[in-house]
Amino acid sequence: MDQAAAKSISMGANGLEALISVLEADGYDVWGARERDGALVLGPIASIDDLPRGRIEQAEGGSVRLVEGPRDAFFDHTLPMQSAKRLVYPAEERLFVTGEDLLIEETPVETRPIAVIGVRPCDLAAMETLTTVFESGPFRDTRFRQRREALLLIAVNCMRPASTCFCASMNTGPRAEAGFDLALDELLEDGRHLFVVSAGSARGQEILDRLDGEAASKEDLQAARDGSRACAEAQTRRMAEGAEQLLKRSYDHPHWAEVAERCLSCTNCTMVCPTCFCGTVEDRSSLDGSEAERWRRWDSCFTLDFSYLHGGSVRKETASRYRQWITHKLAHWHDQFGSSGCVGCGRCIGWCPVGIDLTAEVAALAANDSSSGQQGEERR
Amino acid sequence: MKPKLAVWKFSSCDGCQLTLLDCEDELLDIAEAVDIAYFLEATRTQREGPYDISLVEGSISTAHEMERIREIRRDSRLLITIGACATAGGIQALRNTQDHDSLRASVYPSPQFIDALATSTPIADHVPVDYELRGCPIDKHQLIEAITALLKGRKPTLPDYSQCAECKLAGTACVMVTKGIPCLGPVTQGGCGNLCPSIGRGCYGCFGPKEGANTEALAAELAALGAGQRTIRDLFGGFTAGAPAFAEERKRHDG
Ligand code: SF4
Ligand code: SF4
Ligand code: SF4
Ligand code: SF4
Ligand code: SF4
Repeated sequence: MDQAAAKSISMGANGLEALISVLEADGYDVWGARERDGALVLGPIASIDDLPRGRIEQAEGGSVRLVEGPRDAFFDHTLPMQSAKRLVYPAEERLFVTGEDLLIEETPVETRPIAVIGVRPCDLAAMETLTTVFESGPFRDTRFRQRREALLLIAVNCMRPASTCFCASMNTGPRAEAGFDLALDELLEDGRHLFVVSAGSARGQEILDRLDGEAASKEDLQAARDGSRACAEAQTRRMAEGAEQLLKRSYDHPHWAEVAERCLSCTNCTMVCPTCFCGTVEDRSSLDGSEAERWRRWDSCFTLDFSYLHGGSVRKETASRYRQWITHKLAHWHDQFGSSGCVGCGRCIGWCPVGIDLTAEVAALAANDSSSGQQGEERR
Repeated sequence: MKPKLAVWKFSSCDGCQLTLLDCEDELLDIAEAVDIAYFLEATRTQREGPYDISLVEGSISTAHEMERIREIRRDSRLLITIGACATAGGIQALRNTQDHDSLRASVYPSPQFIDALATSTPIADHVPVDYELRGCPIDKHQLIEAITALLKGRKPTLPDYSQCAECKLAGTACVMVTKGIPCLGPVTQGGCGNLCPSIGRGCYGCFGPKEGANTEALAAELAALGAGQRTIRDLFGGFTAGAPAFAEERKRHDG
């Protein structure tokens, strides 16, 4: 389905400021990727001057550097260090307070409406994945729902990938087909600088109707799609096909020990991943014991405590922790939630201090696939 | 009767004990909850044991200290070591890898008056320890959590994750990934509250090695970023130089 066909307009680049004004008038806090301490970090933006215009990332395993890009585009960069997951699932939050009466007083969720500008297609896909995680099955996370409903997602289709991006091979980008309220394509060529704006929801359409622009021409819509295609073709990384089955037959593989020599079990990959959802709860109490609080914070399968059961942790070795992470993301997620747990954003590659690259690890497993062919058939 | 708390000092700078006094907002509650029976930095009162909780600061650096820690252990129901000195030997553990006599002579004009052991070692090398609070100095929130939990008989929440986890929980941009600044965070136990990376510095490892610290892989990465042998050696030779994982890594770059 191409949302763009029916409901798209073209507006000049200055229309972006107008969009921000409309959002603010509607009571939204406007957020976007901002440059802070040499990184892109999601935060509030007051005007288009806060956007990292002209900046791009030079990303590779273990290194993400912001540099001047070749042109004056607003959105030639790709992803902030962490996604809008923080906005729907905070890193730390208090769930409830209780006193000597043991009556539980739930801590209300603060829901200011937030419009996020510049959400990339891979992150939109990740938001869908998180929705499945938190809302399918018998227990629904109402805190997630309240926060999700306060979000307006304004996607930006990617025209230029970072070298760590591999969404094309995960079918999650670089062009968003759904899951957004508005989507922007930034066109900057032959002296023209404009945005094609498309609505993906009723709320988005309402906002679009108040923007100054004209119906997008066929040429502009084509240019937008061409840009996405070029972005997909420019991706240098890809996830090998059949990763799910490969991992499921690689529980005992000598490669895990080899990765463990490099892996620091530092948790960075899980903490920047837009779909990792693991958390732990901790109880805190006041000194006199009259009050207790329950907190939830992000956890990671790379910690020793994560697998603590009666009598000790079951994943003592880094090898088993790395295997857990990659196997959950690429294989068991399918069984659990009906999709891959990886959207191909590449964050875990760039932000891993030692540059461990899950696409390369899968390729290495495939190259030494001891139980392919016959045995793989039998197992199925 | 209120539980009796004692605070002891061995070879150290007093900074960790001071953290207890720094608990300004909570200090009265602590004084309310426990009977401070021995805490020379705060009061001259010295009451006899046994003590319910002993907080022990400092490393074992002299023969006399070796004796004294045994007595304190005998007198304490729970013994918690506080800080890099008590848990890893402190910065003074740098002497552990040197010739003690010549080191003494190079520092003191009259080395014959210095009556010290050739090594500075953590408390746990000498007596059983119930809980450890890491850091140089310790983190006040962890101290309050430990006291609160132990008074109620529950296990204190003291995370075993890396400093990197603290960066990402706080949303701090990684100094190593964005700028190539050497950082010990991936091999260092979290808990300080993300102090150094949040102001753009690499972690100095003052909380000591996290469980399963892969120092070798980190050192290889630091070298790839351009850090020389000496820089790497000195990085692992900080306040927790005596912790085995760091001491071994340091040795690999010494020479
Ligand atoms: S893969 Fe990289 S980021 Fe993940 S735990 Fe290992 S070293 Fe850390
Ligand atoms: S596993 Fe890595 S590439 Fe995949 S979604 Fe998570 S961070 Fe992105
Ligand atoms: S990869 Fe690890 S941290 Fe991420 S969702 Fe799975 S188990 Fe949780
Ligand atoms: S992975 Fe794809 S959608 Fe995500 S930022 Fe890169 S190019 Fe864009
Ligand atoms: S700054 Fe240091 S502690 Fe923080 S994520 Fe980077 S390597 Fe880890």
